[in-house]
Amino acid sequence: MQLIEDHGLLRFLTCGSVDDGKSTLIGRLLFDSKAILADTLSAIEKTSLKRGMQDVDLSLLTDGLQAEREQGITIDVAYRYFSTGTRKFIIADAPGHEQYTRNMVTAASTANLAIILVDARKGVQPQTRRHSYLAHLVGIPHLVVAVNKMDLVDYSQQRFEEIKADYLAFAEQLGIQDVRFIPLSALKGDMVVDRGENLPWYDGDTLMEILEAAPAAHTEHDEPFRFPVQYVCRPQDSTNPELHDYRGFMGRVESGSIRVGDAVTILPSGRTSLVKAIELGGEPLREAITEQSVTLLLTDEIDISRGDMIVKTDALPTQTKQVDATVCWLAEAPLDRARTYLIRHTTRETKAKVAAIEWRVDINTLERQAAERLQMNDIAQVSFKLAQPLLTDAYADNRGTGAFIIIDESTNNTVGAGMITKLAA
Amino acid sequence: MMLFNRQQTQLKTLPHLDWLEAEAIHIMREVAGQCSNPVLLFSGGKDSICMLRIAEKAFRPGRFPFPLMHIDTGHNYQEVTDFRDKRAAELGERLIVRSVEDSMKRGTVVLKHENESRNKHQSVTLLEAIEEFGFDACIGGARRDEEKARAKERIMSFRDEFGQWDPKNQRPELWDLYNARSHKGENIRAFPISNWTELDVWQYIQLEGLELPSIYFAHNRPIVRRQGSIVPVTELTPARAGEEIVDLQVRFRTVGDITCTAPVESDADSVEKIIAETATTTITERGATRLDDQASEAAMEQRKKEGYF
Ligand SMILES: Nc1nc2c(ncn2[C@@H]2O[C@H](COP(=O)(O)OP(=O)(O)OP(=O)(O)O)[C@@H](O)[C@H]2O)c(=O)[nH]1
Ligand SMILES: [Mg+2]
Repeated sequence: MQLIEDHGLLRFLTCGSVDDGKSTLIGRLLFDSKAILADTLSAIEKTSLKRGMQDVDLSLLTDGLQAEREQGITIDVAYRYFSTGTRKFIIADAPGHEQYTRNMVTAASTANLAIILVDARKGVQPQTRRHSYLAHLVGIPHLVVAVNKMDLVDYSQQRFEEIKADYLAFAEQLGIQDVRFIPLSALKGDMVVDRGENLPWYDGDTLMEILEAAPAAHTEHDEPFRFPVQYVCRPQDSTNPELHDYRGFMGRVESGSIRVGDAVTILPSGRTSLVKAIELGGEPLREAITEQSVTLLLTDEIDISRGDMIVKTDALPTQTKQVDATVCWLAEAPLDRARTYLIRHTTRETKAKVAAIEWRVDINTLERQAAERLQMNDIAQVSFKLAQPLLTDAYADNRGTGAFIIIDESTNNTVGAGMITKLAA
Repeated sequence: MMLFNRQQTQLKTLPHLDWLEAEAIHIMREVAGQCSNPVLLFSGGKDSICMLRIAEKAFRPGRFPFPLMHIDTGHNYQEVTDFRDKRAAELGERLIVRSVEDSMKRGTVVLKHENESRNKHQSVTLLEAIEEFGFDACIGGARRDEEKARAKERIMSFRDEFGQWDPKNQRPELWDLYNARSHKGENIRAFPISNWTELDVWQYIQLEGLELPSIYFAHNRPIVRRQGSIVPVTELTPARAGEEIVDLQVRFRTVGDITCTAPVESDADSVEKIIAETATTTITERGATRLDDQASEAAMEQRKKEGYF
């Protein structure tokens, strides 16, 4: 018996400006799809009452930290789960405050769909633009602009159309192509799960219908096979001679697929071999597809360790000691050009120095400006010199081999995120 | 503008349980690859039983690159500790047990009264064990759907020298590029099944045919009803004056410290029946079963700030 039929898993986030109703919308989605259980509901009812509210404050469903509840804002991402009988959803509720943009980036990096909220009264705000820019930058394939709080503008179609036109002008500038618009009221529930009575002029899908129909696969084009080695398995079990020569290369298929018998190249060494076997937990598989965690065995004895990458011989990534990337700076301490940072890319790490900051973008005008330093939440084009080569693709072609994080070794904090733009050999 | 056209492509994607499993394996291997001395916390409960299966999938035919460890409050059901020992022996992996009672003897845990729940005091014993063995990462089976503070925690969660979690200042965590770095004395808590729900866990148990301690299944047990909860009558938790002891068919949704874990009324005596019940339950796992979290709105967040899993 399988109660839940499997249509895969969709990860999405809600984002947008402060107080536009992101957390309330998620609460509404969970509430109207009956995904909130009685005890959770009675707990937030009690809390709402204690805070002197008349209705249940649905944002309390995701604003789980003490500090968030005290201030009525979201500080860090909350993850919530529900399923509708056909698919499982992982929701990330991102904070709207500019100060917490890095937490929004965390949520966006794993999402396949973004709901960008706009307060119908306020229209498109700087933070709406920033989040749209970031969602687009990290390559979220599906954007839905939800014009919220329609109850406060008399469910006016004219207001909805104004905001839509305004947003489209900005989206065009950014090169965002796929974007949908939906009017709703997270507070009252119109067009979230139920259509409600107040928006008769809107004949598109409800938000829930959009979520159920969105493709779960992150990408719709074929990507080359990329397998960063995470761990090498050498059991050397003296009681089992069969395992004596066992060398399993463990990792997750970042992109593409692989079959037994395929010709592969190991990078950075450049040596070649054939796939002898694919295993999961000691059991054989014929094939492994994107996002699957497996163990590869090769026909030749080759020295391979963590940080190496196994790829198909007919499609190699670029091996380079210099990368150009769009960088989001995430730390309070500004990027210091004089310092050496650590870059983690796939399972590799290398020391890195800034070679140049090409430009910094002004979120409001989208203008590119010269910059000497990067402050928290800045988005900029940066080129790095690397101590060790990385095995890269452009982020637009391949998320798994196009993304990296920047680590400050003195604190071990993750201070930046990079998306490789063009490749220099 | 056609956006969500399903017919457009026929790309293969993983069914949701396989995806969750693949993600969990990837996280465990990252811990093994990045940390020099990790440990996997194993209690004998259903989540940590899933974690062991994931570790087998991640590392067999090799041995696990970490020992197993249980922080024993001394207040566990015998069925569960027996199961814990049996499972570790079957796997041939090393099991470390550190007990809250030893911390009490050392004077590092002081109970307010004899029968106080030892659940929150596990933090002290855990931190002592981390120091004793020099662990730089603890892999745990906590899930984000369990509790609202857990819903906020990163998959690789940094803890300072005092084991403290700082929820307002978490490391950004992007894509599947995990940062498990820490300096000496600090540590990482890694949560491979963060994205699993209670229903996912039960479906995985069914899919993999995993064995569980018997108290997860419906059985008869003497209980009293106290403030809307079912309280099992044990040596540690005797009936109070005036309470009526009844024999009830129950099962446990979580197995923790006896003094703070309550069963639910149920006749589900198989994994299939439990899945059916879980899919239609109206009460959350913790709401139904944890007598300690109802005390205050921020109980879990507070405990985590003090070093809890
Ligand atoms: N009238 C009306 N009020 C709404 C609606 N949606 C949200 N609100 C109110 O707007 C306020 C902010 O809502 P939240 O859901 O906390 O906003 P948020 O976007 O999550 O805020 P941050 O996460 O802090 O950026 C609350 O008082 C909500 O009750 C709506 O559709 N109509
Ligand atoms: Mg919010």
